[in-house]
Amino acid sequence: MTFNRTALASLMTSAAMACSVAGPALSQDGPIRIGVLEDQSGDFAAATTVKVHAIELAAKEINDAGGIDGRPVELVVYDTQSDNRRYQEFMRRVLQSDEVDVVFAGFSSASREAYRPIVNQFDGLAFYNNQYEGGVCDDNMIVTGAVPEQQFSTLIPWMMEEYGPNVYTLAADYNFGQISAEWVRQIVEENGGTMVGEEFIPLGVSQFGQNIQNIQASEADFVVTLLVGAAQASYYEQAAAADVGLPMASSVNVGQGYEHKRFTPPSLANMFVTTNYIEEIDTPASNDFVERFRAMFPDEPYINQEAANSYIAMNLYKQLVERAGTTEHDAIRAVIAEGDVCFDGPSGNVCLDPKSQHMSHTIYLAKVEDDHSISFPTVWENIAPYWLGEAGCDLTVSDPSAQYTPSSPPPAQ
Amino acid sequence: MDLFERIFAMLYQFGDTFAFLVIACAGLAVIFGMMGVINLAHGEFIMCGAYVTASTARAGLPLPLAILAGALVAGIVGMFVERLVIRHLYHRPLDSIIATWGISLIATQGVLIVLGSTMMGVGTPLGSIEVGERSYSLYRIVLMGCALGLLGGLYLLFYHTRFGVIARATIQKPQMALALGVNTGRMYGLTFGLGAALAGLAGGLYAPTMTMVPTMGSTFIVESFVTVVVGGGDIFVGAAPAAAILALIKAGLTAWYGQLFGQIGLLVTVILVIRILPGGLSGWLKGTSR
Repeated sequence: MTFNRTALASLMTSAAMACSVAGPALSQDGPIRIGVLEDQSGDFAAATTVKVHAIELAAKEINDAGGIDGRPVELVVYDTQSDNRRYQEFMRRVLQSDEVDVVFAGFSSASREAYRPIVNQFDGLAFYNNQYEGGVCDDNMIVTGAVPEQQFSTLIPWMMEEYGPNVYTLAADYNFGQISAEWVRQIVEENGGTMVGEEFIPLGVSQFGQNIQNIQASEADFVVTLLVGAAQASYYEQAAAADVGLPMASSVNVGQGYEHKRFTPPSLANMFVTTNYIEEIDTPASNDFVERFRAMFPDEPYINQEAANSYIAMNLYKQLVERAGTTEHDAIRAVIAEGDVCFDGPSGNVCLDPKSQHMSHTIYLAKVEDDHSISFPTVWENIAPYWLGEAGCDLTVSDPSAQYTPSSPPPAQ
Repeated sequence: MDLFERIFAMLYQFGDTFAFLVIACAGLAVIFGMMGVINLAHGEFIMCGAYVTASTARAGLPLPLAILAGALVAGIVGMFVERLVIRHLYHRPLDSIIATWGISLIATQGVLIVLGSTMMGVGTPLGSIEVGERSYSLYRIVLMGCALGLLGGLYLLFYHTRFGVIARATIQKPQMALALGVNTGRMYGLTFGLGAALAGLAGGLYAPTMTMVPTMGSTFIVESFVTVVVGGGDIFVGAAPAAAILALIKAGLTAWYGQLFGQIGLLVTVILVIRILPGGLSGWLKGTSR
């Protein structure tokens, strides 16, 4: 019955919209509806529940300050259960029957690629607030997470200089892990290093005895761990128990799954992560963000980079709508094309790149110490998401709605 | 690397996989093999044991006692579940699948809501040993010993104790056992509790090596079901040799071709076994010996 009522409601809404041609103020008056599709249960929940809280915090702050352009923000939240099919189902629901103005969606790259065709089909607008393997050139998507040219072009050369040229990659066996491993391979080669091993682990695998032996048998100077999900996180404990003792480099650990808080020291010691935000970053803006977050969610286990990105995305969207004067997607894209959409938030000042609709970041190198405290050996200020633009993606000109990788770049114009 | 190191490395991988399969499947094998109930909440009993072990160990209990506490709590929960739900479905095996699946969903989501999406684990104890160039986790060698001890203990329990005789009698000829004055309802409850306690023990033993999340039981599920299906109804002539064969296949394929092929090997084996030996290894072994 609920479905019928929802259908009826949406029918009435469409009717109301049809009538509103005479009175243009009408569709601009109600609340701005924001769909939130994040994993609040299942394999990824540990890293993603905090994203929903960050969006709720931003919505509360925006509403307390008078809303977006005077209109209140209303969240439509669904739990996608770490399941790609739920993403498709709920993406259809928020775009068709809930008729939201914008969607904030997705953790794993598999889920993003599952819902992206639906966003394209209904010409929706989706914010993907996650670090990922890069390359999505799609004007229905705005990406606030960090990408390989921000996380690997900084991390890998630094690690090679510090620890040596022989690299072993252990990656989750799906699009994120495969494409990220390709980036690592390319950057290692460009810097004169050697890949001494590369293994892909199916999601859900929790026993790593053989991989640990392979790593020990290789001449690796450090291990790049691109492991995803709670099951695969068992690697660190098992590697530490076997006394592998090699430094680790990652774009996903600590900043996402706060493994340094969940595991007993020193299993994660000597892990190096490039992240655009974690709660240990000691700047006034970051400390202020953490304080406001914990005031609203006192029991939050950890405020990770995706929480910061989601919070930033909400504020960017507010700015976009206020500058465009509407929630129309073309008008919003026109504002992005002006190239000066920036937000000074918890991770410092960040700006949207008009060509790729990705975001610039200050990248922190976080090192996990023996007692699992975090130190920051170095910081790379203000790195632009340049790869897509340089490779030939320009969303201000055309929209291929495709994902590119170093081995399959955009076709030459 | 000399021959000894190479052989030790292979034995270690085989033993590691064997231990995981035996420990993961023991509880499932008892409940399915003895009672014919397909317990889809097996992974959640494992999770229960792991959570109790981690929290009691963090509260200061020595790890071996914490692991036993995990097994004990899982066993008690199992007896409650048997009394409340399973008991009413003994003659409806398909319904019991749905019921135990429902229990598993409730348990996973309940733990997520009450305890949050993750919990601090306990570190792996005992450190590592060096064999040649490589080092190995000593705790995982202890786990191999635990797997053998578990099989021995279950054998003694079922074949050399009064409880074992009565339990087997109840399972084989319930009416006759009842006529001889056995409280069969109580035996069913105890056997299910034992299966749940074994699952809890698996969780407790692996808790120091894994991530503590509400869904952690699901990483045991495929391996334990594959072992029980390949083994058939009897844990000693079925599940134990099945675990040995599967460990050989999985460890070998993983060593040569990687984790993905290890998993494929397991699943192909189970498909072949279902096709060729519908009664599993134990059905085939018992059939040929008759």
